[in-house]
Amino acid sequence: MSETENPLRDAIAEAISENDVILFMKGVPEAPACGFSARATACLQALQVPFASVDVLPDPRIRQELSALSNWPTIPQLFVKGELVGGSDIIMEMYESGELAQTLGVDAPAQAPESAPAGADPAPAPLGIENRLG
Amino acid sequence: MPSAADIKQRIEDAIPGAQVDVEDWTGGGDHFRATVVSPTFIGKSRLEQHRMVYAVFGDEIGGPIHALSLSTKAE
Repeated sequence: MSETENPLRDAIAEAISENDVILFMKGVPEAPACGFSARATACLQALQVPFASVDVLPDPRIRQELSALSNWPTIPQLFVKGELVGGSDIIMEMYESGELAQTLGVDAPAQAPESAPAGADPAPAPLGIENRLG
Repeated sequence: MPSAADIKQRIEDAIPGAQVDVEDWTGGGDHFRATVVSPTFIGKSRLEQHRMVYAVFGDEIGGPIHALSLSTKAE
């Protein structure tokens, strides 16, 4: 990490680089605080992919710095292996087409649902909740 | 408070050849859903296509426009 005047942005960049799959969201996977974050979470859980998550709500600067870093204005934001995959619209489109499973290196669900799994069965708990940014 | 028609007009003005449909998702003037089809999207990733549309609104996204759900298509 380079020395900068922006430790928060550095911490965000570090979280992105250290976690293969990380979702910046409103709320936590167990209790998303926004429908868009809920849908992104449901897609990942339906694919049974462990993911780290960061709740952007505790401090508005997290969202500001994240958006400055990613050049993406909205929440949620999904990063896979350090790359921005997209927001909830792209995550859902990719889930439905099977591209998300491909990107994440997992098998697509045996029965492809017709739409995003809003009420999907609860998946195993994510590996860990990354929230050292707050 | 922007209307769905305002959002549509602004996207059409900013993105050449764009065919735009905008729906006010909640009727509250702050959650919109837009479908944008434009030849300028050809050769661009979905991520870049969405960025182009978000760029039309800058800081308004997350501000007065709480949510702008997008579906883009190159054509």
